[in-house]
Amino acid sequence: MARRDSVMHKPKDAKGTFRRMITYLGPFRYMILLVFILCLCSNVLSLLGPSLAGSAINEAAAGKGNVNFQKVTYYAIRMLFCYVASSLLTIGIHIIMVRVSKHVAQKMRQNIFDKLMTLPVGYFDRHQSGDIISRVSYDVDVISTCMATDVVSILTSVITVVGSLGMMLSISLPLSAVTLVTIPASVFYTTRMRKITQPRFAKRSRNYGIMNGFVEEMLSGQKTIQAYAYENRVDEKFGQINTNAADAYYDADSYGVTIGPTMGFINNLGLALIAMFGSLLYMLEFITLGSISSFVLYSRKFSGPINEIANIINELFSALAAAERVFTLLDETEELTDRPDAIALTDTLGNVELRHVSFGYDPGKTILHDLSLHADAGKLIAIVGPTGAGKTTIINLLMRFYDVDGGSILVDGTDIRQYTRKSLRSAFAMVLQDTWVFKGTIFDNIAYGKENATMEEVVAAARAAHIHPFIMRLPEGYQTVISEDGGNISKGQKQLLTIARAILYDAHMLILDEATSNVDTSTEREIQKAMRDLMKDKTCFVIAHRLSTIQNADHILVLNHGDVVEQGTHTELMKKKGFYYQLYHAQFE
Amino acid sequence: MKFLWKYLHKYARRMSLVMSIKLLGTLLELLIPYVMEHLIDHVVPIRQIPLVLIWGVGMVGLAFCVRICNVNANRLSVRTAKEATFEIRRDLFHTALNLSGQQMDTVGLPSLISRLTSDSYNVQSFTQSVQTIGIRAPIMLFGGIAITLTMDTGLASILCIMAPVLIFLVVFISMKGIPLYDKVQRAMDDIVRIMRENISGIRVVKALSKESFEMKRFGQANHTAASRDIHASIIMSLPGPIVTLFLNTGLTIVVLLGARRVNAGVTEPGVILAFLTYFNMIMMGVMGLNRVFMMMSKANASAHRIQEIVEIPEDLLPLPESEAASAPDASYLIFDDVSFQYLENTASDTASDTERFAGGARQQCLEHISFRVQRGGSLGIIGATGSGKTSIVNLLMRFYDPQQGHVFVDGKDVRVYDRDELHRKFGVVFQNDVLFADTIRENISFGRDLEDQALEFATRDAMAAEFVEQYDDGFDHMSVIHGANFSGGQKQRLLIARALAAHPEILILDDSSSALDYRTDASLRQAIDSHHSNATTVIIAQRISSIMNLDEILVLDEGRIIGQGTHQHLMDTCPVYHDLYYTQMGEVH
Repeated sequence: MARRDSVMHKPKDAKGTFRRMITYLGPFRYMILLVFILCLCSNVLSLLGPSLAGSAINEAAAGKGNVNFQKVTYYAIRMLFCYVASSLLTIGIHIIMVRVSKHVAQKMRQNIFDKLMTLPVGYFDRHQSGDIISRVSYDVDVISTCMATDVVSILTSVITVVGSLGMMLSISLPLSAVTLVTIPASVFYTTRMRKITQPRFAKRSRNYGIMNGFVEEMLSGQKTIQAYAYENRVDEKFGQINTNAADAYYDADSYGVTIGPTMGFINNLGLALIAMFGSLLYMLEFITLGSISSFVLYSRKFSGPINEIANIINELFSALAAAERVFTLLDETEELTDRPDAIALTDTLGNVELRHVSFGYDPGKTILHDLSLHADAGKLIAIVGPTGAGKTTIINLLMRFYDVDGGSILVDGTDIRQYTRKSLRSAFAMVLQDTWVFKGTIFDNIAYGKENATMEEVVAAARAAHIHPFIMRLPEGYQTVISEDGGNISKGQKQLLTIARAILYDAHMLILDEATSNVDTSTEREIQKAMRDLMKDKTCFVIAHRLSTIQNADHILVLNHGDVVEQGTHTELMKKKGFYYQLYHAQFE
Repeated sequence: MKFLWKYLHKYARRMSLVMSIKLLGTLLELLIPYVMEHLIDHVVPIRQIPLVLIWGVGMVGLAFCVRICNVNANRLSVRTAKEATFEIRRDLFHTALNLSGQQMDTVGLPSLISRLTSDSYNVQSFTQSVQTIGIRAPIMLFGGIAITLTMDTGLASILCIMAPVLIFLVVFISMKGIPLYDKVQRAMDDIVRIMRENISGIRVVKALSKESFEMKRFGQANHTAASRDIHASIIMSLPGPIVTLFLNTGLTIVVLLGARRVNAGVTEPGVILAFLTYFNMIMMGVMGLNRVFMMMSKANASAHRIQEIVEIPEDLLPLPESEAASAPDASYLIFDDVSFQYLENTASDTASDTERFAGGARQQCLEHISFRVQRGGSLGIIGATGSGKTSIVNLLMRFYDPQQGHVFVDGKDVRVYDRDELHRKFGVVFQNDVLFADTIRENISFGRDLEDQALEFATRDAMAAEFVEQYDDGFDHMSVIHGANFSGGQKQRLLIARALAAHPEILILDDSSSALDYRTDASLRQAIDSHHSNATTVIIAQRISSIMNLDEILVLDEGRIIGQGTHQHLMDTCPVYHDLYYTQMGEVH
C-alpha cells in the first residue's frame, strides 16, 4: 500500500540514472547472472508442470481399466521434479536477491553518509535535515525493494506470460482464441483503474499527511490549548480533518478493492470460455481432456503477471526517481580540499588577525563589509551587537566553515587557507549557542573531542563546568545514556555538558558563542570563574547577549549591520556614550 | 479486540450483510470449477451442444455474480472501516487533548502521536479486511476441501492432511518474522538518529575533526541494519514458495492416485481436472489466512494501545466543595504549604530505559511552598534551572495536584473549579510556548472570538504591533507550524499578546521575554503596568530586571524558597539574590 501511495515522480534522466544504478550491482554481477539463469530455469520448470500434468491426465482419461500406470507415473514424477526444483530455485533466487539488494542499500547509505561528512557546512544551512534523512530512509528503501523484488518479478512475469501463451498456442490454436478476450480485457482494465486510482491514493496520502501534522502540532501544544480552554475548537477542527482523511480513504480504497474481484472475474470468464469451447472442441475431437486441463492451468498462470507488470513499471519509475535524488546528493560539491602545499598548524600561539574581511552567504548579499581586527595571543575578544549583526559569521570564518570573499584571516601570521583544515579546527575549542549532544553516555558526550580520555579527565572537566554534582545525582552517573536531542536533560544542563566537552578538549583558542545564554545567572557566574582559568593564556572569542558577562574583555568589538561601529575596552566604550553605551543601559530600564 | 467491538457493534447489521455477501460470493466462486467438472464429465459425453453452451453461459453468469458480490462486500467493508476508524480517532484525539499533565508525562508525546496515526491505520485496514479476506480465506480453504471431499473423498483426504500442516508452517514462519522486522525497524531508527545527530551537530563534528569517527559509527549501525534486514527478509520470503511447493506436491499425488482410481472406476477424469483448480483456491486460502493472522496480531497490539488512552479515567475532576479545603484568608492567590513531586514515569510498553530516566530527572519537587498574592498584585519567581519555578504555574493552573498542601485562587480551592472555568481566569505564556499554523488573529484570539480592537490593543502592549503592521495582510498573516516563520523575539511577543488579549484576571509569564532585548522587555513591563494593572501578575524570569519591581519576589533553589519579599528586602536578606543582582547588573551599579 505504502508504495502505491507514493506520488509518481518521473525521473529526469532515466537512462543515465539507470546506468548508474547498474554500477552499484557491478560487484554482484556474477550473482545477478546466476539469478537470471536460476530464474529462467525455475520458470521454465514451473511452466512445464501443467503440461506434464495434462499428459498424466490424458493417460488417466483412458477410463476404467485402461490406464497405463507406467506412463502416468512417468509424467507424475517429472511433474513433481519440475515443481520441487522450481520452488527450491525460487527460494534460492529470493535469498540471493535479498542479499544483493540489502548490500546495495547498505553501500548506498554509507556512500550518502560519507558524502555528507565531506560536504561544506553551508550545505546543511541550505538543506532541511528531514529532506536529507528521507534520502537515506525512504529513497534507498525504495531502490533496494525495487531491486530485491522487481528485477525477479519482471523476469518471472515476462517468462510466464510469454511461456504460457506459447504453451497455450501449442496445445490448441483455436482454444487460444479465448485469450483474445481475456488479455485485452485485463490490460485495458488495469490501465484504466490505474488512471482512476492513482490520484485518489495520492489524495489519501496527502490527507493523512495533513492529519499527522495537525495531530503532532496540537498535542505538542496541548498544555497551551488547555490553558486557554481551546479544546472544543481544536476538537472541531480535528473533526473536519478527520472527516477529510476518512473520505479520502473511502474514495481511494473503495475503488482499490474492486480491482481484485474484477481481475478474478476476467479470470473466471476465461475459465468459462475455455470450458465451453474446450468441451465443444473435445466433442469435435480437436482436443484431449488433458489438453484442456493444461490449458486451464496455463490460463490461470497468465492473468496475475499482467496486473503485476503494470505495477512493476510504476515501481521502477519511482525507484529511478529515488535513485536520481540520491545521486544528486552524491554529486554535490565537496568542501574544497586543502591546498597541496597546506601545512599543519602546530604549537599555536594564538595571534589572530582579520584583514579587510568581506563575506556574504549569498552572492550579492554581503554581511561583513570590511572587517579588520587584531587579537593578540591570550587576549579576550568580545563581540557584541544586535541579532543579525554578523557575530556568528565571524566564527564561521575563523573555523573555515566558510571562506572569506575578500581580505584574509591570519593565525600566527599565516593565512588560514594555507593550513590544513583539520589542524586549524583543532586549534579551537568551541561552545555554541545551539548545544549539541548525541545519544550516548554522558561520559562519551564529554569525551567526544578527545580520544582515549580517562575517567579522571572527564570528571575533572565536568567539575570545572559545574555539572559533576548533577551527573552524580543521575541513576547511572557518567554511564547514564542521554537521548538524541537531549530531551531528558534541561537546556542548561546540556549547555554545561558542551562546556565540559570544550574544557576537556583544551585547545589554544576558544570560541564561545552565547555559550552561557541557557544557563541561569548564578550557574553562569560559577562557570565564568572556571572559564577564566580555562581562558588563561588562550585567545578567546566571546559572543554574548548579556553585556555584564564581557566587561572584563581585553577588547570589545561592537558590530551593527556587518560593520564594526565601535571598539575598545568596556570603560572606553562607556565613556564614548555611543552605541555600546545605549545597549548597556537598555539592560536596566 | 473487545475494545474494537465497542465501535463496530453498531455496524453489526451491515457487517453481517457484508459477510453474508462475501460468503455467498465465495461459495459461488467455489461452484465454478464444480460446474466445469460437471460439464466435462457429464455433459460432454452425451454430446449435446446446446447443453454445453447453457452450462458455459451458466459459468459466465456465476463469475459475474461472484464479482458483484465481492465488489459490493469489499466496498461496504471499506465504508464500515472508514466510519469506525473515524470515531476511534475522534475519541482518541479528544481524550489525548484532555489528558492531565501526569497522564501526558506517562504516555509521552511521540507515543501518543503514533497511536493516533499508525495504530489507527492498522486498526482501519484490519477492520476492512477482516470482513472480506477474513471470510473469503477460510471459505476458500475449507469450502475447497469440502467440495473436493464430495467429489472424491479419497483424493481429498490428501488435502485434509496437508492443509493444517501447511497453515501451521506458514503462520509459524510469519510469526517468527514479525519480531525480526521490529528489530530491523529499531536498527533503521538508529541509522536515522545518527544521521540527524550529525546534521544538527555538523559544526561540532567538523570542528573536532570527527568525520571519520562518525563514518565508522554510522558504518556499524548500517551494518547491523543490513544484516538484520537480510535475515528478516529471507525468512519472510519463505512462505510463498513453501505453499507452492506443498500444493504442487499434493497435486502430483492427486494425479497419481487419481489415475489409479479412474482405472478402478471410482472416479472420473474430470474430477482430477477440478481438483487442479481447487488446489489453486486452497493455496490462495492459506495465504489469505496467513495475512489475516498477521494483520490480526498487528491490529490487536494497536487496538490495545489505543484502548489504553481512550479508556484512561479522566483525571483531576472537580472536587465537591464539601471535600475541598477552605481558604485560610482572603488573598487572591494562595499557596498554603505546598509540596509536590512529579511521579515516576510508569509507561511500560513504550518507555525505554532512557525515557524512564526522563521521568526520573524531572523529579525536582516543591517543598513547603507558601505565598500569597493580593488581587491586582504581582509576584516574581527567580531561581536556577530546575528549581521548580514552572511547577508553581503547573499547580496554580491545576495541571497537576500537589501531594501536600493546597492551592487557592480567588478564595476557592483550585480543585473545585471546572477546568475551563479555572483556566478562563488566566492569560498565560508558558516556557517554550507554541504558535499554531493559523492566522495571527486566530493565534491571539485563540477561540475567544475577540474583537479586532482588542487584538490591536494586545499586540501594541506586547510590542508586537510594529512587525504585525508591516505585513500586508496584518492579522490575517499566517503562522506556519510551531511559528517557525517568526524569530524567537517575534514569537514571544505574539504569545504575550495572546495572554493579554482577553484582559485576564491572572497573567502568567513563564520565562517569556528571554528572547527580547532589554529595551523591548522594559517597554513591555511598562505597558503591563499601565494597561493591565487590574491583572494579578506572576512573572518567572532569569533576568532580575524583569521582576525587581514586583510586589513580592520568590527566590527558589531546588524546590525550596530561599528568599521571599520585595527587591529591597531580598537585597538585604538573601545573599543569592544579592549576588545575582550584581552579576547581572555589573559591578558599576
